[in-house]
Amino acid sequence: MAVEIKLPTVLRAHADGQPTVTAGGATIGEAFADLVARYPALKANLIGVDGGLHKFVNVYVNDDDIRYLDQLDTKVADGDTISILPAVAGGVS
Amino acid sequence: MTRALRLTAHQHRVIVGHCYDGLPDEACGLLLGPMERGVPTGVVTEAVPCRNADASARTYTVEPKDMLNAMRAAEAASVEIVGVWHSHTHTTAYPSPTDVRQAVDPTWYYPIVSFRDDAPVVRAYRIVDGEITEIPIELVEPPRVDFRPGRSEF
Repeated sequence: MAVEIKLPTVLRAHADGQPTVTAGGATIGEAFADLVARYPALKANLIGVDGGLHKFVNVYVNDDDIRYLDQLDTKVADGDTISILPAVAGGVS
Repeated sequence: MTRALRLTAHQHRVIVGHCYDGLPDEACGLLLGPMERGVPTGVVTEAVPCRNADASARTYTVEPKDMLNAMRAAEAASVEIVGVWHSHTHTTAYPSPTDVRQAVDPTWYYPIVSFRDDAPVVRAYRIVDGEITEIPIELVEPPRVDFRPGRSEF
């Protein structure tokens, strides 16, 4: 199955500057593994030390946040769009 | 050399107004604009108010769904997300250690709205590898449209 993965500007340098890449897999984790096989520098930005989703990114399948689905085990279907978003945060403390 | 952040008066009002609306909590939003060779030009096509998912007077997190919608709006307009603004309700318009530590993109503009003084103060920065550089904000006129036939400036 092929899904489209949209990358934020900060990660595109790790994927030859492309804003959108195509990956194969039946789950988010499989699609990320396919992506990381081609662009290894993305791994540290997508996967945390515990093997789960990195805490500084949010990932949507179409309109749904995968943290509220099955995280990296969330199933994807042909033609789905996966959006990777940096967690944008700050403040005085 | 980062170019000045160019805001229209309307965008400036949107940013400050959204920060007022968020009080007593911090407020935040995203800037959309064009990039050239991977670097924002300083032009802002839209200032997009976002929800502070932290609902806190001391921290902010851009609500992820608002970030997704901003990313889609940027794509539809053939621009990019080029910055994030937020408010400091009781401190100066200067990046805090948290702001620096959590700065996600070295090409972005980071405007901060301070309510410490009587009138709001807005300043913008770039944050690269922990180093803070103030970037001037230029208030610019929006593109003028002359509605007489054949006289459009677009």
